[in-house]
Amino acid sequence: MKFSWSRVIAIVQKEFRDYRRNRFVIATMAATPVLFLLLPMIQLIAANTAGNTAHLSLRIGLSLLYMLIIPVTVPSAVSAYSVVGEREQGTLEPVLTTPIHREELLIGKALAAFIPTLLIAYAVFGIFLAAATAFAHPAIASAITTAAHVLVQLLFTPLLAGWAIWVGIAVSARSTDVRAAQQLSVLASFPPLVIVALMSLNVIGESVTLAIGLGAALLAVDLLAWRFVAAMFDGEWLLTGSRG
Amino acid sequence: MTREPAAHGPGRVEPSRQTTPPVGSTGGSALVVEHLTKRFGDRLAFDDVSFEVGYGEVFGFLGPNGAGKTTAVRTLGTLIAPTSGSAQVAGVDLCPENGPTIRSRISIMPESPGLYPRLTVAENLECFARLYRVADRHERIERALRAVDLAERAGDLCRSLSKGLRQRVALARALLSDPAVLFLDEPTAGLDPVASREVHELIAALKDRGVTIFLTTHRLEEAERLCDRVAILNTAIQLVGRPDELRARLFTRTLEIRLRSELADPAAVFSGLGGIVGWATSAADSYLLTVADDPDRAAPEVARALVHAGADICSIVEARHSLEDVYLELIDEDVEARKR
Ligand SMILES: Nc1ncnc2c1ncn2[C@@H]1O[C@H](COP(=O)(O)OP(=O)(O)OP(=O)(O)O)[C@@H](O)[C@H]1O
Ligand SMILES: [Mg+2]
Repeated sequence: MKFSWSRVIAIVQKEFRDYRRNRFVIATMAATPVLFLLLPMIQLIAANTAGNTAHLSLRIGLSLLYMLIIPVTVPSAVSAYSVVGEREQGTLEPVLTTPIHREELLIGKALAAFIPTLLIAYAVFGIFLAAATAFAHPAIASAITTAAHVLVQLLFTPLLAGWAIWVGIAVSARSTDVRAAQQLSVLASFPPLVIVALMSLNVIGESVTLAIGLGAALLAVDLLAWRFVAAMFDGEWLLTGSRG
Repeated sequence: MTREPAAHGPGRVEPSRQTTPPVGSTGGSALVVEHLTKRFGDRLAFDDVSFEVGYGEVFGFLGPNGAGKTTAVRTLGTLIAPTSGSAQVAGVDLCPENGPTIRSRISIMPESPGLYPRLTVAENLECFARLYRVADRHERIERALRAVDLAERAGDLCRSLSKGLRQRVALARALLSDPAVLFLDEPTAGLDPVASREVHELIAALKDRGVTIFLTTHRLEEAERLCDRVAILNTAIQLVGRPDELRARLFTRTLEIRLRSELADPAAVFSGLGGIVGWATSAADSYLLTVADDPDRAAPEVARALVHAGADICSIVEARHSLEDVYLELIDEDVEARKR
């Protein structure tokens, strides 16, 4: 029996149907983008009155950084729930009794967190760019829409989300308590953001080459995390939270 | 108490079922289990369990709480790995690589129904039909819902269903893939008598269709009613056999006699009889006779002897032991054995 995308789709579809009627998920997915759209907007408005360029670029860096919190928090809250939540609810065992492969379940769960995150984060960035071009001072607008900035946002959104998802699922698989899992995984999702922050805030100079280099490194870390999670994603762990 | 509509007596199960082994299996038995053991650390869940189940058979695993029933089902369902021993499930060797193949041939209804509460009945089934990759998804879902008499509830959210209905949805889910072996882990746990009876009728209908069923329960009347054969499990298997065989093996068969009045000399009447190996007085005018083998042959002889002795017979009946007696006898024995 080999890997089947139709089983992956079954999991994704199930998760989406569940989100739709899950107030916690709706609230997380709605509130986070609103918050992280407002914060950069405020930076932008504040930047209009600011004078020197160092100050301006710090404001811009900060507003872009705020938007990168979305791919860290949204998926980690959802994926931290994914295993332990279903185990508590008793819905994990029936799924594991089907011919599903561990990887199919894992990818299904990950995609179900990844797809909405990417949509939300890109939408927020799009709205932010549109607002900046329309309302901000032309100098500020052009400072925001540089190739390096746009690249950092487009590239790091999925990569940060990937890390947050694998960490969330790994924590979830080994937890016996939903809330502890969520707190731990949000915390564990932030470290890669620090590197991006250093770059955004001009502690390390931002450039297209550096962004691509860091992006490649983060991609490698994500792939390693996937292999790690897949290896520990063993039935007995999933079912009981401990190994027999 | 309000009961849901839609329950116009379940048990309407489509006819036409194959009792033949699935394609690619080695034929013979649906389950072959040899010396299977599972430990969690130093705790023994079940020990040295061996048995065989044929296709079309309903096999019961009967045991008290903590006997290892659920662990046995999970092990045979490839959810957890055995510590030692071997097994063949639906013709496939039990080992980690064969997990998906085995799981595609069987289905398991776990102890708790485990339905997604925020999905409707039909959405729950659709997810599983996709996971089993059944070809004619919508038709299968419809058929499974009709089998458990829930077609009208397809659009209801699962969290709005009663426990009994959830159990029936879980059964429908287990039927989606037309499994070669159906595992039911305490299918009536926590249900009221009416809901239990409905589930029993559904299982009996599946049995009539020739579905191979492995059923765990701690309810004796359930095992007695539904199972062709029963294994009594208490970490290790204590006894395997047909319910009536178990009774016969464990208990001597007896005739219960009630007369209008006491016999003057019971010893003189009973001692000479061929099929009788012992007797006792159970009340002033009642006697218990221990039968050597066949009570049906002994009874007329006893009647003749009594009439000959001038007794007025009110009744002669065979004393029946329920499986409960067998069970309690075994479990008690075991507890005592452990104390020693
Ligand atoms: N994941 C686990 N880790 C450690 N011990 C376990 C685990 N699962 C089961 N056990 C132990 O294995 C033994 C058998 O448990 P199991 O759940 O199989 O019994 P059961 O017959 O299904 O009982 P019940 O009638 O209560 O459902 C028990 O002693 C139980 O505590
Ligand atoms: Mg159990």
